[in-house]
Amino acid sequence: MPAGSITVAETPLVRFLLRRADDALILGHRLSEWCGHAPMMEEDMALANMGLDLIGQARSLYTYAGEAEAQGHGEDDFAYLRDVRGYGNLLLVEQPNGDFACTMVRQLLYSAFIDPYWRALATSPDATLAAIAAKAEKESAYHVRHSAEWVIRLGDGTPESHRRAQDALDGLWAFTGEMFETDDSERHLIAAGVVPDPARFEAPWRAMVADIVAQATLRLPQGGWMQKGGRAGRHSEHLGHLLSDLQYMQRAFPGASW
Amino acid sequence: MTGAALPDTEALRSEIWRLAGAVVDPEIPVLSIADLGVLRDVRVSDGQVEVEITPTYSGCPAMNMIALEIELALDKAGIRPVKVHTVLSPAWTTDWMTEEGRQKLRAYGIAPPAKGRGRRALFGEEEVCCPQCGSTDTTEIAAFGSTSCKALWQCRACREPFDYFKCH
Ligand SMILES: [Zn+2]
Repeated sequence: MPAGSITVAETPLVRFLLRRADDALILGHRLSEWCGHAPMMEEDMALANMGLDLIGQARSLYTYAGEAEAQGHGEDDFAYLRDVRGYGNLLLVEQPNGDFACTMVRQLLYSAFIDPYWRALATSPDATLAAIAAKAEKESAYHVRHSAEWVIRLGDGTPESHRRAQDALDGLWAFTGEMFETDDSERHLIAAGVVPDPARFEAPWRAMVADIVAQATLRLPQGGWMQKGGRAGRHSEHLGHLLSDLQYMQRAFPGASW
Repeated sequence: MTGAALPDTEALRSEIWRLAGAVVDPEIPVLSIADLGVLRDVRVSDGQVEVEITPTYSGCPAMNMIALEIELALDKAGIRPVKVHTVLSPAWTTDWMTEEGRQKLRAYGIAPPAKGRGRRALFGEEEVCCPQCGSTDTTEIAAFGSTSCKALWQCRACREPFDYFKCH
């Protein structure tokens, strides 16, 4: 662990909050990389807006993690002072933006899962968790609609856009299984009725994605093998590069503020 | 705010509510935080003033600014120290916007959010009236507008584009 990194006092709740916050932060950061590079003005604003939603969700979750951990850590400590192995985000969200089709397919695969997941979490007996989820759910609903419209338009577009959308779907598919996985830590919270079991969202997710993929005249990948490890801190090489960008300022000038 | 000069707590509380409630949203300066339903509570006890606000959208960058403006407004009136807390629960919804706030938005050229909590309302599939001419013959141009709370719409009757305050 590099000097300056924090040690997190992990409980099942803290671990849960950090993982969900990490998903939102990393995907939000990826979307922010599009700023100034999107194919058109409206899309530049849409991607920046969605990124802002996600980073906002991450902030609420990190802040609550800090309260639950009670070690004096705040949102910035979690975002800037943990190394790759300390991050518990899904491998899916750290995948590079690739082309516009790849970004939209990644967004659809994630949003179609997280939208109903937030909706279920909004009924959690944990009032703070429920409130964060209630807000996030309305935002993710927009993300689903926006990314689904684009995937249909690209898949059912020109031969070139169709090929790119299919390549994106084939390339990202192996990272989707992890969304429905749980470990002992999370099962503890599921058994206590604090959070829903992600496994129960797999069938409806698959049905929804299959429907959009069909409208897009694309082919749903059939491969059953799924890549895992993100939740346990085993990441692809991409996350380290992303964090070196995201964390540079706090690593180079510890405690810098403005 | 100490000793014999301590005013009646209830009167002080409503004065703080009035002052803090008049702070405007920096991104939509015609709307006060009282109009928005962002101001949730004011507590006064033993000379300690606590103000509670709730965030509108997860990523709304205006919240820090609003908290600072509340402290400034109260400080100007000699009310200090003040603690501004952010409360998440229950989650803010556009249904909390007052009728006065909705009228101010319309007059400013922004269509107010549809009422109701369904997904149809969320996506503006209920009627969105043009704030310029009042026509309901309107269409969405872009779901993501100039700020996280707005979408870009256009009126087919008068052809004017306009902002729609998204239902949340
Ligand atoms: Zn009009």
